Amino acid sequence: MIWNPNKECMSRELMRELQGKRLQKLVQYVYHNVPFYRNKMQEMNVSPEDIVSIDDIVKLPFTTKQDLRDNYPYGLQAAPASEIVRVHASSGTTGNPTIVGYTRKDLAVWSEVMTRCLTAFGVTRDDTFSVSYGYGLFTGGLGAHYGVENLGATVIPASTGNTEKHIRLIRDLNITGIACTPSYALYLAETLDKMGIDKSQIGLRVGAFGAEPWTENMRKEIESRLGLKGYNIYGLSEIMGPGVSYECQEQNGSHINEDHFYPEIINPDTLEQLPYGEQGELVFTTLTKEGMPLLRYRTKDLCTLMDDECPCGRTSVRMSRIVGRSDDMLIIRGINVFPSQVESVILDMPEFEPQYMLVVDRVNNLDTLQVQVEVRKDYFSDDIGSMLAMKKRLSDKLKSVLSIAADVRLMEPGSIERAQGKGKHVIDKRKLQ
Amino acid sequence: MIIRQLSIFLENRTGRINEVARILAENGINMQAFSMAETADFGLLRLIVPDVDKAVEVLRSSDIAVMVTDVLCVNCPNVPGSLSAILEKLAANNIFIEYMYAYSDGDTANVVIRPDNVEAAAGILA
Repeated sequence: MIWNPNKECMSRELMRELQGKRLQKLVQYVYHNVPFYRNKMQEMNVSPEDIVSIDDIVKLPFTTKQDLRDNYPYGLQAAPASEIVRVHASSGTTGNPTIVGYTRKDLAVWSEVMTRCLTAFGVTRDDTFSVSYGYGLFTGGLGAHYGVENLGATVIPASTGNTEKHIRLIRDLNITGIACTPSYALYLAETLDKMGIDKSQIGLRVGAFGAEPWTENMRKEIESRLGLKGYNIYGLSEIMGPGVSYECQEQNGSHINEDHFYPEIINPDTLEQLPYGEQGELVFTTLTKEGMPLLRYRTKDLCTLMDDECPCGRTSVRMSRIVGRSDDMLIIRGINVFPSQVESVILDMPEFEPQYMLVVDRVNNLDTLQVQVEVRKDYFSDDIGSMLAMKKRLSDKLKSVLSIAADVRLMEPGSIERAQGKGKHVIDKRKLQ
Repeated sequence: MIIRQLSIFLENRTGRINEVARILAENGINMQAFSMAETADFGLLRLIVPDVDKAVEVLRSSDIAVMVTDVLCVNCPNVPGSLSAILEKLAANNIFIEYMYAYSDGDTANVVIRPDNVEAAAGILA
């Protein structure tokens, strides 16, 4: 099923025309309402009149996560505060969180694109659908919620936590669809086993999984253990939240809602736009957003774009699975982790050398994080108790900064490989492709 | 008698203890006694050698994390009851033992003891 064939199946030519018009309007809007963009464009000698078609997008400046932090909290907001009806925030790392304000129209667009995703997954108004992303500042919960309502299905705002109660609701209310992270889906499957409930006793048939990278193997395992079909949904709070792109029944890449979010692939080093089919960093321009519109936002996600015809009938460009990041951000159990966070903790503790290595792995479908750190010569002790206490001090600090537990490994001085030039601080053993 | 013991921090890694043994061998240093304490992710090798300073020097130059710890070495007859007699004296004087190990040498045995107060313990046993 296709929710909005007008837009989802528009001819490529008409889509580009529409995108061109929307881009022109957007550039006028940000130029006159966001000093950050006006200054950047003036520095680059670009005026809104230079933007005539969608191809002119390459003349426009990029936006980075750092720009969002530097302009915390509302510096990039284009709409007046009176027009903002909701605010979401993405997890702060070492700096400020990212604040995103939405106007009423933004929320309507969000619901629309979410509804397109759910429809592509086969969800209809006859379904009872559980939203098990966290509700709150995170965009996952409320974003999916209003999409389900807009579609006309019954929404169960389960959020996360209290998994046993949730499973009883899935069984007793005959919940047929669920949106959550793939790791939570596996956790559900485990809890199901623990409770002695067989998948034949529950009626789940569709899963909308996203917010963290996952693999085909995870898909197979989730599908066989929960007895449903799992679809990928992609989004990021800076651009909107869940619903930026979605898989169709073909499951050959995710269709981008490109009448609202214009995708480009760039070379992250030269910043040049790359043709379809080439791998690079994904960049989005929010063509219709009012609250916090962004020009050429660098997602740091690496993937390819495909514009060949999809048998499902949709004409929109598709993005491949995310194959990596162009920065060093790690997503571990759905939480964003930057090596710099670990570094700042270690540099604060005189017991340790400023040498460390993060080893990320996936054991039984659960991400694990090991932090290897070298103990300074003067801090070794013949007393095992005090060595273990040192280890615990670091574990506790890491837990409070990262929000996830790390397994600390004390190492001998000089044992962590020294990098030539730019330090290598991460070994990611997870097979995500 | 108070003697100096080498305490070596070892990551749990296959072959690591071998490296220590090899370095000592290459430098002609004999190990008279040792004990190995382990935790889930690291170990502590405690070692008695004749030439402590030389051992420290060669191990440090190979980036081995080595510390020197004062311990008590007690020579006693290699017969039943002699260890018990030593330990009773220490306990009677409220000396707590962190760890200990021993090696026998024919008619006598050497007990290496790490008490919470090395000097007090040495005085008691003198």
